[in-house]
Amino acid sequence: MTVGTAFEKARADERAALVGYLPAGFPSVDGAIEGLRAMVDAGCDVIEIGLPYSDPVMDGPTVQTAAQRALDGGVRTRDVLRTVEAVAATGTPTVVMTYWNPIDHYGVERFAADLASAGGAGLITPDLTPDSGGEWIAAADAQGLDKIFLVSPSSTDERIAMTTAACRGFVYATAVMGVTGARATTSALAPPLVARTRTTIQHQNRDLPVAVGLGVSNGSQAAEIASYADGVIVGSAFVRCVLDHDDRREALTALTTLTHDLAEGVRRA
Amino acid sequence: MTAQEPGLDRPDRRDERRRWDADEHGWFGGANVGWGGRYMPEALVAALDELTVAWQEAMSDPAFTDEFARICREYAGLPSPLYEATRLSEKVGCRVLLKREDLNHTGAHKIRNVLGQALLTRRMGKARVIAETGAGQHGVASATAAAYFGLDCTVYMGSVDMKRQALNVARMQLLGTKVVPVDSGSATLKDAINEALRDWVTTVDHTAYLFGTAAGPHPFPSMVRDFTRGIGDEARAQCLERYGVLPRGIAACVGGGSNAIGLFTAFLDDDVEIYGFEAGGDGFETGRHAATIMAGDRGVLHGARTYVLQDEDGQTIESHSISAGLDYPGVGPQHAWLAASGRASYTAVTDAEAMEALALLSRTEGIIPAVESAHAVAGALRVAKDYGPDDIMLINLSGRGDKDMDTAIGWFHLGAADDGAAEPLS
Repeated sequence: MTVGTAFEKARADERAALVGYLPAGFPSVDGAIEGLRAMVDAGCDVIEIGLPYSDPVMDGPTVQTAAQRALDGGVRTRDVLRTVEAVAATGTPTVVMTYWNPIDHYGVERFAADLASAGGAGLITPDLTPDSGGEWIAAADAQGLDKIFLVSPSSTDERIAMTTAACRGFVYATAVMGVTGARATTSALAPPLVARTRTTIQHQNRDLPVAVGLGVSNGSQAAEIASYADGVIVGSAFVRCVLDHDDRREALTALTTLTHDLAEGVRRA
Repeated sequence: MTAQEPGLDRPDRRDERRRWDADEHGWFGGANVGWGGRYMPEALVAALDELTVAWQEAMSDPAFTDEFARICREYAGLPSPLYEATRLSEKVGCRVLLKREDLNHTGAHKIRNVLGQALLTRRMGKARVIAETGAGQHGVASATAAAYFGLDCTVYMGSVDMKRQALNVARMQLLGTKVVPVDSGSATLKDAINEALRDWVTTVDHTAYLFGTAAGPHPFPSMVRDFTRGIGDEARAQCLERYGVLPRGIAACVGGGSNAIGLFTAFLDDDVEIYGFEAGGDGFETGRHAATIMAGDRGVLHGARTYVLQDEDGQTIESHSISAGLDYPGVGPQHAWLAASGRASYTAVTDAEAMEALALLSRTEGIIPAVESAHAVAGALRVAKDYGPDDIMLINLSGRGDKDMDTAIGWFHLGAADDGAAEPLS
């Protein structure tokens, strides 16, 4: 299944898609694979695997801590690809969320080829915008990979149009001005951003899902976002499940419980 | 001897001049194939675009440039003197000129950059500034500019650096700035930049980021250069006026590279040798250094395509230097371009060489330089061994050494009863 078909399937069910995130290598390479598979089993429609990076400027303390622990544990880019392979084997579309330098250093074409052969669906690139991403766009197109760029409440209409035109799979709408991390309330900035993005996509005569991320941590927030967006992206809250439970079984139970809550949320709207 | 014409505005030299400058998207040396650009979260692009427009308009508005010049003159004590170090010259065998940025208000070239950026912040109608700092020099300069302009100021500083530079933390606090410790990553300069960027993503509508060096995403490398290039503009004019010739060589230390690009810019089209000296730490071969250009690995760090100290997977490697101001695993993209094109040459100076030069300058000229600037002195003297008595080596003495006394005390075992500790210095 591709990212696109996962969103189509959710739409056919008259609900939003649930996108769940964990960084590779956290708490260990195999531990992350186990956790991500639990999230698949419990109802995530799309999986997002973080590539841990030393300088994650878009991440708040929760994801930073997890990424640092993964790096301290010796996770390598090849381990990320192994994680992708193990999760994509479940049939759930799997994308990698990564800052640009590790991909640049690996070699953009080589990474695209290796990601495709691992069964990965594409990349989310938080610090690469389409106007700086020509090399990635070409490599992704050559491999048939999804290119998921971000739009922000501060984006101009022109930049939203430039971004959605370059996206494939879905477009990632950041709900707040800020970094990753759970927040108590949902953002008032997200609905108008999604509306602007949708209008732009319509003008381009395209069918590109809009998913909302940053700050979503529970079923009721997911339900609220699902009422106006095509997808709900949850990261830090999943990471928190693993951070808060040193015991492997307890962590897996927490991941499963949270996924159930969120999966119910995206169906409530 | 005949004076060389400055000639920077001669039409036949404009293309040559442009060759060293960035294109409209901040690329030095060619779009996408060169250096710089902007690798940043979309959330910050609107603010960076707004800043680019504001900076370009300001630089062509005499009301802004005149005000900047007035503040530099009346408040910061500029232009800084160009001083002929005669006793040092005798030792070296050529004429050594020191651009005395150590005499500026707050003790370093950094005041130029922050006054420029803070003046621009006021012009843009923003009331809050944030900054990162390593050694605390840019933090103190930012706190100073914030006090001068009445802006609210927050400085991010690695918790490791806060312990190493407690005096500068106190200075910032006295100036009314909030200093926020950063514990993430290696808890040093690069992590302070990350944290400042995270603040900025959240507060960008009312906050300006006073970036501390000529690195980062477009327009920072070009904008910071514009605010610091007075170093070289002044030095070039001072040298021509007094000696009727340009120097044979110019030298500066390079961390992120703001003092160096500030010196180099005026000389790029001249027949002048340009030398940048990176921090060689324990020695380049040990791997414990901050010689980013020498290491020669292309990458992306803090929003710019440049040389980066990184491992096999593109993870940033911690840099090492006795000088906190040079302890940065990236470098400004224009330096990357000047290095790659061969216009300037960059080599490393070890901790030991820098400390030796620090002692030498202290004893021969009565000037205690910053450890950063001591790298430039050490490197320049190495080059100048091949210079004749009439040749001029112009060194940017980018800052004063008061802040480094703890380092000097530790290195030279100073401060105890005089048991001959001075011996190793001679």
